Amino acid sequence: MTSHAATVGVPARQHEPELEGVYTVKLGMWVFLLSEVMFFTALIGTYVILRFANPDHFAEPGEVLSIELTAINTFVLICSSVTMVKAFAALQQGDQKGLKLWLLATIALGSGFVGVQAYEYYHLWHDGFVPVAEIYTAEGGPLYGSTFYLMTGFHGAHVTIGVFALAFVLFKAMRGSYTPQKLGGVEVVGLYWHFVDLVWIVLFTIVYLI
Amino acid sequence: MNWFLPPSVSTFGPEIDRLYYIILVITGVIFLVTEFLLVYFLIKYRKRDGHVAEYIEGSMKAEIIWTAVPAVIVIGLGIMSFGVWSDIKDPSRIPPDSYELILHGRQFEWEATYAGADGILELDCEPDEIPCGDDFSLLNQINVPVNRPVTVHLRASDVLHSFFLPDLRVKQDAVPGMSIPVWFEATQTGQYTIGCAELCGLGHYTMEGVLVVQSASEFQQWETDQAVALQDESPGGSTVTLPEETAIQTPDNAAAKEVMVASGAEDS
Amino acid sequence: MSVTATKTDFDLLPYAGEQHEELPFIRKYIFSTDHKVIGTQFLFMSLFFLLLGGMLAMMIRWQLGFPAQPIPGGELLPDTMTPGGIVLPEFYNSLVTMHGTLMIFFAIMPLLVGVFGNLLIPLQVGAADMAFPKLNMASFWMAFPAGLLMLASFTVEGGAAAAGWTAYAPLSSSGEWTGVYLGQQLWLASLFILGFSSIAGAVNYITTIINMRAPGLTWFRIPLATWSLFITSWLILLAMPILAGALIMLLSDQTIGTTFFVPETGGEPLLWQHLFWYFGHPEVYILIVPAMGITSEVIANGARKPVFGYKSMVLAIISIAFLSWIVWGHHMFMSGMNPMLGNAFMITTMLIAVPSAIKVFNWLGTIWKGNIHFHTPFLHGAAFVSLFIVGGLSGIFMAATPVDIQIHDTYFIVAHLHYVLFGGSLFGIFAGITFWYPKFFGGIMNESLGKLHFGLTFVLYNLVFFPMHSLGVQGMMRRLYDPYQYDYLADMLPLNRFISISAFLLIVVQLIFIVNFFMSMRRSNKCGPNPWRANSLEWTLPSPPPHGNFQEMPVVYRGPYEYSVPGAEEDFLPQNEPPKDVERVPGPFEQPAD
Repeated sequence: MTSHAATVGVPARQHEPELEGVYTVKLGMWVFLLSEVMFFTALIGTYVILRFANPDHFAEPGEVLSIELTAINTFVLICSSVTMVKAFAALQQGDQKGLKLWLLATIALGSGFVGVQAYEYYHLWHDGFVPVAEIYTAEGGPLYGSTFYLMTGFHGAHVTIGVFALAFVLFKAMRGSYTPQKLGGVEVVGLYWHFVDLVWIVLFTIVYLI
Repeated sequence: MNWFLPPSVSTFGPEIDRLYYIILVITGVIFLVTEFLLVYFLIKYRKRDGHVAEYIEGSMKAEIIWTAVPAVIVIGLGIMSFGVWSDIKDPSRIPPDSYELILHGRQFEWEATYAGADGILELDCEPDEIPCGDDFSLLNQINVPVNRPVTVHLRASDVLHSFFLPDLRVKQDAVPGMSIPVWFEATQTGQYTIGCAELCGLGHYTMEGVLVVQSASEFQQWETDQAVALQDESPGGSTVTLPEETAIQTPDNAAAKEVMVASGAEDS
Repeated sequence: MSVTATKTDFDLLPYAGEQHEELPFIRKYIFSTDHKVIGTQFLFMSLFFLLLGGMLAMMIRWQLGFPAQPIPGGELLPDTMTPGGIVLPEFYNSLVTMHGTLMIFFAIMPLLVGVFGNLLIPLQVGAADMAFPKLNMASFWMAFPAGLLMLASFTVEGGAAAAGWTAYAPLSSSGEWTGVYLGQQLWLASLFILGFSSIAGAVNYITTIINMRAPGLTWFRIPLATWSLFITSWLILLAMPILAGALIMLLSDQTIGTTFFVPETGGEPLLWQHLFWYFGHPEVYILIVPAMGITSEVIANGARKPVFGYKSMVLAIISIAFLSWIVWGHHMFMSGMNPMLGNAFMITTMLIAVPSAIKVFNWLGTIWKGNIHFHTPFLHGAAFVSLFIVGGLSGIFMAATPVDIQIHDTYFIVAHLHYVLFGGSLFGIFAGITFWYPKFFGGIMNESLGKLHFGLTFVLYNLVFFPMHSLGVQGMMRRLYDPYQYDYLADMLPLNRFISISAFLLIVVQLIFIVNFFMSMRRSNKCGPNPWRANSLEWTLPSPPPHGNFQEMPVVYRGPYEYSVPGAEEDFLPQNEPPKDVERVPGPFEQPAD
């Protein structure tokens, strides 16, 4: 509880608890991520409802999609979350070199994920599994293509944005902008990255495995 | 200003109207009481010399009362509505032996398809093949017998439409890709409005049709006349006007001027 | 807890008095990060769209009151809209679509959330600015181009969107059904961008309110205006992404050729309705909850009395917000969805009437035994209560599913929605503008003009919208270019004409407000910090507040509605005034003293 005497006459500042700056930004990122949850709920929810209402418009995932390749890709993304954790831990201990290296590793793994997904899209397209109803020739029906590309496409876009954000953070890290007292930027990008990973795990399970 | 519903001519009418009037009375009373209190307080507690406001923060008792009472009222209204709604909309409650027809809504007309002489309505008919078998179609006109349940299999060919019979208290959206059973029972002969109650494009306002409710004998006569007209029909499919006695005033829109009778296999 | 002066990654704005150099014009007024400037930018943008939306409504009313007759001055518009001044059917469908769209997304929502959120939140919580000032600036500068896209859609071939503001598929999913191609796509793109603006705003507001309250400002000492904006922000945060998903699906159906809503290739028209209304119902509460907060402020202030049941008011808003997620199906009773769902949605819809009723009774309780000063903001607030009663009660008719069979998609619904959106939200907006105008523009609006505007608007508004209940009950459908094609609607022309003429007068009367608004900005018309003798923190600051707002961190000692406290010198007691030796028994809802 504040004492009246302690604050009268003191030049005012933003009222913040101990972790000034970081706490607010972290709260902001959490709040933003809730909106992202709703966004992906709309997309994935649409798929789930349509798939269970009209199964003949769809097909067993294994018939069309490459589950093995995507499983490997999932592992890649999970690894990138681990490297992200290590990057943040390094920063907390003041290990600037570790921070930069682990950030780089995260970027590489994230880029790899996107690359593999692009490769997957290329092959699926060749098999007639497309979002365009008119030229859809794969198993199931065009609705399958529409929903698949919607979900994975927007997830891939979020990963790509994440990679750019990580690159920006790495750039700032190389200029020495982060310290154990000033770790907000790294922490919130890390939060975003973990979220994107979590969405993928849900997506992978629902779209590829079930 | 008219708060009264137009007279209804279906079995649904009294049930729906009763609910409407109950709600009208309840909300009317609440309206009068609350607005009166508002005006009364505004006048009574206006600023005056020597007058001060009373520092009152609230009353738990009041909160409980004005939470519980509205809740009871609205839940009560909800419960009253359950049965009526299910009677009307639950497909399993449609009376057996209803007279069936198919109704297609499309930009910008209604096509009503009736069973032909064989008495069988071809329900599996595709929208671009309608009518199938010996069924026949009328544009913007639905003929039904009075005092007998009727089931309309409601379909749409392009966009959403909505089948609205204001005098019979019937409304149901027509959805492309779905066939929705809509039932009603008319209680009075006459001609009634069919309207489209969902924005469907440019000609949304032109989708007026007519519901012709006929006595049992008139209706039978009408069915026979249709069969006769079909027999006179050449295989190529062309427009035929109805015999004079059954000529009915259809709404004056271009689409409704023609009455199309075609045999099944033709594309019209 | 002491407050240190450390800087962090995210530079904290200097408080007032610490401004080093003057900012250039473009940083001060165009690309400003000051919440007050951003709020003002939203204000001018929204008032423009409010007026434009009103003009579109006038054209609708002209066609309904004087069908197929040339609008005076209508020849000025392109022939694709009004050849010879006569409204074309295709333009009419665009009119009803764009009237709804502009009013909801570019007038009411930015007015309530963009304007009052920005202007009030930092001040009422005692902060120098929003948590993320640059993000706040981005929020406006995303809304503005979104508005431009909507305006542009009028000029493209095929015209503006014409599938209703609800854009039901399949009508909206292909230009072959409406004749509108690019216009509908611009509509989708515009709303998608606006969604980013809204979500960014919501993140800012939520973070600011949670994290940046002045010492002593506990949750139950926050003014209801800010509370309502807090809850609204959660609704925006969680509902707009659903709309984003739906818009993307529809846009891709139209452009890429996906098949989400196209039945021929496996799509589901009803999916659009579910997604849209899952967003849409929380959206309508976004459109009214801030106005409810504003109403509480002006009524308490005018009556010189605490808000009756302040905590209940907060809980009621929270309940409305929760319930708003489980009522969406009431827009779809006739849609062809499983009728048994209709029963479930009917019950939840009936229930959501209860917290609204609680609020009405609490407003009545606030006025009861007050000492009422009939200033213009109070009048608008009282009108809100009166008209919201009508809007809320009319909702009960359509909640009862069998009755909805008759009144769905008729003018009864139009009456209901305008009673809550105009009778409710817009009067709430007028209350808010007239109340806080002095704080932000430095001068008080003219009271006589304000009362004249209020009185005429209130009367004319009811003449326009009350009769629409009757039109609906008699069976007049919505969105009909020429309802009189229907024989049974032919004798509705006189009533429609009456409504139209009242509407023309109604919009002309708004000139009084516009004149008052601009006239009161003149330099000679200055007022002090607290012309309304109110309690919340914004009224402790100069009018207008300087950049950075507070010279010193405010400390809060009490709630915001300490009006007419027995034994106090004045009939108001600011939140940050240190306690004197006044013996006062705490009321049942009062927070314990710090």
